[in-house]
Amino acid sequence: MIEDANGPVVEMRGISISFPGVKALDNVDFRLLPGEVHTLMGENGAGKSTLIKALTGVYRIDSGTIVVNGAEVQFHGTADAQRAGISTVYQEVNLCTNLSIGENVMLGHEVRGALGVNWKATHAAAAEVLAGMGLGDLDTRKPLSTLSIAMQQLVALSRAMVIDSTVLILDEPTSSLDAHEVEALFGVIRRLRDSGVAILFVSHFLDQVYAISDRLTVLRNGQYIGEYPTAELPRNELISLMIGKDLEALAELGSNRRSARRSEDAVPLLSARGIGKRGSVRPTDLDIHAGEILGFAGLLGSGRTELARLLYGADKADSGTIEIKGKPVSLHSPISGLTTGIAYSTENRRDEGIVGDLSVQENLILAVQAERGWLRPLPSRQAGEIVGKYVAELNVRPPDPDRLVKNLSGGNQQKVLLGRWLATHPELLILDEPTRGIDVGAKAEIQESVAQLAEAGTAVIFISSELEEVVRMCDRIIVMKDREKIAEFDAGPEVTVELIVDTIASHQAGDPAQPSEEGGAVA
Amino acid sequence: MSLIVGIVAFVGFLVAGIVYKLYRSQWFWGIVAIILLLSANLIKDPGYLSITYSEATGRLVGNLVDILRWSAPIMLIAVGMVLVIATRGIDLSVGSSMVAGGAAAMQFLSVVKTPDSVSGAAIAVLLAILTGAAIGAINGLLVTYVGLQPFITTLVMMMAGRGIAKVITGGQNTAADSAPFKWLVNGTVLGFPVVILIALAIVTALALFVRRTAFGLVVESVGINPSASWMAGIRPNGILLTVYILSGVLAAIGGVFAVGSVMVVDISGTGYQSELDAILAVVVGGTSLAGGKFSIRGAVVGALLIATLDKTVLFLGISGAATPAFKAVVIVLLCLLQSQRVRNLFTQRRAAATADPAAAPKASVAA
Repeated sequence: MIEDANGPVVEMRGISISFPGVKALDNVDFRLLPGEVHTLMGENGAGKSTLIKALTGVYRIDSGTIVVNGAEVQFHGTADAQRAGISTVYQEVNLCTNLSIGENVMLGHEVRGALGVNWKATHAAAAEVLAGMGLGDLDTRKPLSTLSIAMQQLVALSRAMVIDSTVLILDEPTSSLDAHEVEALFGVIRRLRDSGVAILFVSHFLDQVYAISDRLTVLRNGQYIGEYPTAELPRNELISLMIGKDLEALAELGSNRRSARRSEDAVPLLSARGIGKRGSVRPTDLDIHAGEILGFAGLLGSGRTELARLLYGADKADSGTIEIKGKPVSLHSPISGLTTGIAYSTENRRDEGIVGDLSVQENLILAVQAERGWLRPLPSRQAGEIVGKYVAELNVRPPDPDRLVKNLSGGNQQKVLLGRWLATHPELLILDEPTRGIDVGAKAEIQESVAQLAEAGTAVIFISSELEEVVRMCDRIIVMKDREKIAEFDAGPEVTVELIVDTIASHQAGDPAQPSEEGGAVA
Repeated sequence: MSLIVGIVAFVGFLVAGIVYKLYRSQWFWGIVAIILLLSANLIKDPGYLSITYSEATGRLVGNLVDILRWSAPIMLIAVGMVLVIATRGIDLSVGSSMVAGGAAAMQFLSVVKTPDSVSGAAIAVLLAILTGAAIGAINGLLVTYVGLQPFITTLVMMMAGRGIAKVITGGQNTAADSAPFKWLVNGTVLGFPVVILIALAIVTALALFVRRTAFGLVVESVGINPSASWMAGIRPNGILLTVYILSGVLAAIGGVFAVGSVMVVDISGTGYQSELDAILAVVVGGTSLAGGKFSIRGAVVGALLIATLDKTVLFLGISGAATPAFKAVVIVLLCLLQSQRVRNLFTQRRAAATADPAAAPKASVAA
């Protein structure tokens, strides 16, 4: 398939792309060898997406050359790139969920017979491709929508085999997957790699990068920093390459955590007894004290988000009671949570967080305005104060309150959201995955803000998939599994990521760890 | 001498700035279309734009005045529609709200038979407004609490509204006589038609209401991202209800304008297809049918364009059969000019033109 098996499949040299006012890529080199997984590393805004878009024909390059399979190419659109054998699986799965699995795999490559498409043969071909990926258990005639997002992503990957790609680009494929699903995905990626496909991988999760990739290319501020074999580059060195400075500040964050931040006799700020919702969270007890950071640790789907939504009123609990400072409250909608002093920052920033077409300022004041009701507009002086304060304190970049929030990077959108909730002066702030999918620098800034908040007396519930982050940030940790609270730890030197992982792994609670159809298929 | 040059340059600079700002606005092409249509009329009749003051009747007379008068009801339903559309909804029942409101007013006037009573006319207007509010409230309740789709809900009300009008008048095209009521539409203040003044006053008041309270912000927020708005504590139901009631009320006032000029309600003709005019005005004004950001100014420009179109068609003597086609062509052209894709085409061409000279020296260096 490839004439020169040892030469790179893709070689990009001296690539520059400018947008009005910004040099997104400045003389960047990048090469991709057949049969390797190559990770593109860099903070948000480093130029990863731009480089990918140059390679997939979305953007035209201002200067530089792209050589694919030994021939210099000029892409005038994504179709050109696909014809050259470059296919992409984006963060959001872009398949047709209403079509069947087989139709999705074979879309555009259906097996044709005398009377048009031969569906039987098409499905058979699809099944064969899926079997090659270790997904032989899937029924190709079922609608794609019956699969989990993770499985849909695997189906999207299988498509790459059908269209005979030599280069496969995976842009943040794991951002919505839990550990099992990531393993399954990596299994498929390794199969593809071993069959000679060159894979370009982008992820914010360092563990995954180290688990899967053979080599790394680091970008910073649109510039090429270097290319390294993954095994020869220690993590801390990689991080300092990415942000251009040491991360001691981040490492020291956990050291000032203390286990007993609360006085035992005080009335908790929020006290929940038997709070639960059928099909979502089993009845759970928990207490939160002022000035405490409480972590929810658990895998995706463990019920941590569902529990947080009950505490805010985003979902209505059908059992149990919640007391705030000893007084029972009824939480039936977000506004009731807000008015009782609770704020909840969603894990789903795009769909439930930002209002993309509104400005930074409008997004910042939205919750405060909702609390006042629209008949009492926030005086512009006060709005200006809120905006000035949080844009500066949270270091929102660019610091332009009139910019549409959708034009900000993920990390800065998250800061705007944090500002929105802080502006309501909550007594309890629930942060659901506040650092997911954002760059290392913004992450450190958000973690610091959270620590300062707790210092100032706000109670914080901190939810994160990164157990390391939970352990380092929190005073107390609630471990959740299968929609249930299974343990609670006070922070201290003996509480480690391993302890939590062991707790989750060893907890069997009667029902075996849900052998879903997906899990069985890829095992 | 140099002072004059300076002033001219300064004024030129100002004008260029204003034109550029206009060009950036979504409704720029609406203004251009109005100017083009007026120019076409001007070619046919050089005196088309002249406005004269008639001593005999004490009012301003001219084609522009006619266009403005004609635009008044369209303007009202368009600004109501723009808010509904901003919330991701649509109100197909505005034409029916017009006829139902007009029917309520005319029926009341024909029953009380007080041709000179101001209070009688006021009650008639109030009845019209209440009828519109009721239709809007039903729309709003069905959309919010029952959860029906706005399209279906208002489509049903579109049919029902005309039925309500028939019930009110007993199926008749009720005529009535009321001097104060007629004055609202045909009267003048200092030569200006009252109907234009009322329409402008209502639109201005609404624009102030929307931007001085946080109503505009929450409407846009709900329209752009309903679930994020809900999570931020915004309760959408009250907002949607308000928006549909506003639309119904504005349409009913438009209905008062429509019946007031002839003092008879035409059960099948009043407000017929007005919803289409309103939707077109909103689209021409640059508000996306997908909801979100809205422009009241744009809707006003759109309404003026529709009125200009209607009057131009009449003036140019385009046959009645060809009128819808003519209207359609103009609207399609406008939508094309406004579409992001066509705009990108323009900007890309300009970007390419500016990029080329920059690329040339680089190439020579490489050589």
